[in-house]
Amino acid sequence: MTFNKRPDGRAFDELRPIEAKAGVIPRADGSAYFKQGNTIALAAVYGPRDLYPKFLQDPTKGVLRVRYNMMPFSGSGDRVKPGASRRSREISFVTERALLSAVNLEEFPNTVVDVFIELPQTDAGTRCAGICAASIALADAGISMKDMVSAVSCGKVEDKVLVDLNYDEESHEEGPVADMPIAFLPRSGKATLLQMDGMISKEEIIKALEMGKEACLKIYEIQKKALKEKFLKGEQNA
Amino acid sequence: MLNKELRRHVLKALQQGLRYDSRGLTDYRDITVELGISKNAEGSARVKFGETEVLAGVKLAVEKPYPDRPNDGMLMVNTELTPLSSPDFEAGPPGDDAIEIARVVDRGIRESKAIDLSKLNLIPGEKSWSVMIDIVSVNDAGNLMDAAALAAMSAVFNTKMPTISDKYVIDYKKQTKKGLPLSDFPIAITVLKIGDKLIVDPLIEEREALDARLTITTMEDGTVCAMQKGGEGQLSIEEIGEMLDIAQRKAKELRSKVKK
Repeated sequence: MTFNKRPDGRAFDELRPIEAKAGVIPRADGSAYFKQGNTIALAAVYGPRDLYPKFLQDPTKGVLRVRYNMMPFSGSGDRVKPGASRRSREISFVTERALLSAVNLEEFPNTVVDVFIELPQTDAGTRCAGICAASIALADAGISMKDMVSAVSCGKVEDKVLVDLNYDEESHEEGPVADMPIAFLPRSGKATLLQMDGMISKEEIIKALEMGKEACLKIYEIQKKALKEKFLKGEQNA
Repeated sequence: MLNKELRRHVLKALQQGLRYDSRGLTDYRDITVELGISKNAEGSARVKFGETEVLAGVKLAVEKPYPDRPNDGMLMVNTELTPLSSPDFEAGPPGDDAIEIARVVDRGIRESKAIDLSKLNLIPGEKSWSVMIDIVSVNDAGNLMDAAALAAMSAVFNTKMPTISDKYVIDYKKQTKKGLPLSDFPIAITVLKIGDKLIVDPLIEEREALDARLTITTMEDGTVCAMQKGGEGQLSIEEIGEMLDIAQRKAKELRSKVKK
């Protein structure tokens, strides 16, 4: 076992530096920029708006639709081919489910709320950064919500449980790695996204989840701050 | 014309020399160009014209050259008009607008020989550098064409070659100090005709009201290297002449924003 220190010098429960901003895309109804380490996510929300074809409409509640996409030049190594891949489609629908229970969809029946997530630069943790950005963008769009959604990856490298793995840690080759992206509703304290790949024991999972939940609470504060900054600034200009 | 009222209103204002954001007819909005905005790309740039925002990134790869050009490198330009950037854009394969932007930007770079593709061959007929430029819209507030062309060339200008092994395997993590072999900096300027007025850098309302548009790409010495007419309206030779004058003048101005 050689992994005693993280490559970027962080403590095991320490997040990468985060920058968040609401209202970065003027054409959208709501939008956000979320930078975590070297991973950058942009999210735009359009809606509630008309949903076509009509048979997709639900008279009892609105529909939430999420599209996650990496820009072709965003990854290290080869160009990412534009268009949906199996990976991006899976991330789109797990993101959708991560956000769903926070949004009061019953308030806008027959319509759709579209969430578009684009990544100009990636260094692991993209789906979590996307969820954090999307959640700020939904709130920025004035969509009625029960809670924010805060997400982070957690897991382990060799025998160390940690949060917010970067690419170097995710691709660590000298020992076992487990990568577990999670999303929490910060006020209810319950998870809405949980995936894992790698090998990890039950005890380590529980420990990682506790650590991840703490990290999500820190992210929640950053998300709230981004929204406050936008709307307080708005008031000053008015 | 779909929106007669809007067109009438835009034209009435233009005839008094007025635009919705109080610019002159041939003034651009504030332009910002930032280089190196995506660190995994070999080159990248963010261009803003007012609220319009476009990103471009360059990825390099080693591939087999085209059979009819065994001694050249390859160039590819792709545009994604993302649904993130406008309520009018949908997810899915590129539509006509995205394809037109990609094609016009490609022609400007290719025909001007701004990138010297003959210097990007490694083994004749076997291995060449492939330069892949991707343009992505982030916010569409009008004039994506000119912003896309400027972003693409800025990203090319920002590109650093990665390290390559004796066996032609790329190590993307190790950039060299060497850039792409560049010989020019083409700039695309789109001039719109609305009624009898010619304007540049349209807002969305102005774009909706156009009769015709002409994108003119010029090189540093003023030589024209690509053109593309759009819109349903007609252009006289005099109007085309005027449009060329405007394009050559504005291209100098835009070029100075990046090449300092």
